[in-house]
Amino acid sequence: MKKTYKIEVDCANCANKMEEAARKTSGVKNATVNIMTLKMTVEFDEGVDPKAVMQEVLKGCKKVEDECEIYF
Amino acid sequence: MNKKQKKMLSRIVISVILIIILNFLPVKGYLKFVLYMIPYFVIGYDILLKAWKGILNRQVFDENFLMAVATVGAILLGDYTEGVAVMLFYQIGELFQSYAVGRSRKNISDLMDIRPDYANVEGENGRLEQIDPDEVEVGSVIIVRPGEKIPIDGIVLEGKTTLDTVALTGESVPREIQEGDEVISGCINLTGMLKIQTTKEFGESTVSKILELVENASSRKSKSENFISKFARYYTPAVCYGAVALAVLPPVFRMIFLQASPEWGEWVLRALTFLVISCPCALVISIPLSFFAGIGGAGNAGILVKGSNYLEILSQTKYVVFDKTGTMTQGVFEVSGIHHAQLPEEQLLEYAALAESYSTHPISLSLRKAYGKPVDKSRVTDVEEISGNGVMAKVDGIPVAAGNAKLMKRLNVDYVQCRSAGTVIHMVVDGEYAGHILISDRLKPGAKEAVKELKKAGVRKTVMLTGDMKNVAEQVAQELGIDEVYSELLPADKVTKVEELLAVTGKNEKLAFVGDGINDAPVLSRADIGIAMGALGSDAAIEAADIVLMDDDPRKIAKAIKISRKCLRIVYENIIFAIGVKIVCLILGALGIAGMWAAIFADVGVMVIAVLNAVRTLSVKNI
Repeated sequence: MKKTYKIEVDCANCANKMEEAARKTSGVKNATVNIMTLKMTVEFDEGVDPKAVMQEVLKGCKKVEDECEIYF
Repeated sequence: MNKKQKKMLSRIVISVILIIILNFLPVKGYLKFVLYMIPYFVIGYDILLKAWKGILNRQVFDENFLMAVATVGAILLGDYTEGVAVMLFYQIGELFQSYAVGRSRKNISDLMDIRPDYANVEGENGRLEQIDPDEVEVGSVIIVRPGEKIPIDGIVLEGKTTLDTVALTGESVPREIQEGDEVISGCINLTGMLKIQTTKEFGESTVSKILELVENASSRKSKSENFISKFARYYTPAVCYGAVALAVLPPVFRMIFLQASPEWGEWVLRALTFLVISCPCALVISIPLSFFAGIGGAGNAGILVKGSNYLEILSQTKYVVFDKTGTMTQGVFEVSGIHHAQLPEEQLLEYAALAESYSTHPISLSLRKAYGKPVDKSRVTDVEEISGNGVMAKVDGIPVAAGNAKLMKRLNVDYVQCRSAGTVIHMVVDGEYAGHILISDRLKPGAKEAVKELKKAGVRKTVMLTGDMKNVAEQVAQELGIDEVYSELLPADKVTKVEELLAVTGKNEKLAFVGDGINDAPVLSRADIGIAMGALGSDAAIEAADIVLMDDDPRKIAKAIKISRKCLRIVYENIIFAIGVKIVCLILGALGIAGMWAAIFADVGVMVIAVLNAVRTLSVKNI
């Protein structure tokens, strides 16, 4: 399952870090962050609850970049 | 500028003024330190705060942390101005980046501003109501007034107008529309009121499909982008370790082996310049920005690119394979020539059109179309159709025969063989051979230039695949200047042919297939890159292709390749320039030749230049 979320982040490298953090979150199969469109596309593993996983993704992203936001 | 950016700008201005004043104040010692701390905190308090949070989260290679270390270090060594300046320029750089990216984001979304906000439907008492296009059901009737966007695909029930399709196709000539014509969403109604019966839901309409495509383009990243994110992941830690080594090893070496004074201060300062250079921002922002601007610029020219990876592959295209019908030719049959005419050409055409006037065959339709005037059937008598041969009739009492070579042989008439490819209609008027009319599929205007342009753009080989007959295919290929042609192919054979061609292409030579999206979806997806043309309104083509040309101008293929080349050239320029300057500054910094100011340039200056260079991709008018 693939979903796209709107995000807020200021610098390009921070976007890369968010992408890495999202990929490392369990339940996430793959993730891409695009700084230009301010969007995060997350591919989830089978049978996970996207909402719960996204909570973890946000937590991980906050850790690498304090001033980021994901809307889900 | 948004609120955040304005706040940052005022912080920058305040600290610049403070530094200038401090430079002229004859203060020394602790007072000087305290005074310099004012602009330092004004400009850098948020960085210091973020650095602290980074430490708590154990993010040592975080830019904020590195900037904090570099500036605090410089200040502790007594270089107050440099310390504050590093922070100041870092913030200027960040502000510039955020502003430039925000601007291009807006520019590009303005270019693609085709989303209709509402649809007009007639209410109960005849008054127009504006409703959300999403709520309009298929088959509803909507009204589009002059100046409004057509919100949903449909068929015109009433009204006549011209449509501005420039946002969709890049084509600036308005399109004439009247009753019964199909219209697509996203066009702007220029002159007259239209009543449209919708044929699709909003979500399935052209405009939604295009927007969806453009918005999803971002998730497909190019190799260059992936390279840069990977590079950034290793670059920053590497430079930081380098900084630590630079601060520790040379002084220790001097102490142990040279018995000289270690000069800790000097080496630590050099190490701090490393930290300033360690930020990968210039690279990390300029590459996706270039691609985004490239995709935006292409979109403005009516070329939709589904992802930066496709832009990258397109730039390496060396082989272009075309479908014939609908791609290079118009797919409609027209009279393309009248040869060896013994009568005035117009008269010959008139006889042919009249003789064939009882037939509904496409050939007779094209004859009548070429004739152009209404056909008076009462002038035609004694019509005799000879199946597979042609027709014989009396026009104004004069016997006329129109048909193929078989008919000529049957009538025992000497005829001139036509050397051009196509369907030939020989004419016999009053028992004498009167010449022949050639009917063939017309080349698209610009098809010839398109092939030439492709060659100029660096395409090594052009190939045409077609289901058509050999002589027709070869003639078209020759006329267009296409290198290779394979004819009489079934759709499945086209896939096989493309696979054969793929097998002989080199590693960095890509193959593009251009089709009209009808019946060639498998080939579109098999090629390295599939380009669908004339795709307005054809969902299948939009789905199957990687690049979609919104109108059916074959010249756009070369334009797309040129845009991709320009984009990739800028990407490489930025990669080489940014990495190059950083490495040079690192070396000079380690040798003590370049100081803190050079480091600031390597960080902020390079980013500004790279971003400005990236924005150039957006302009595609003159290529």
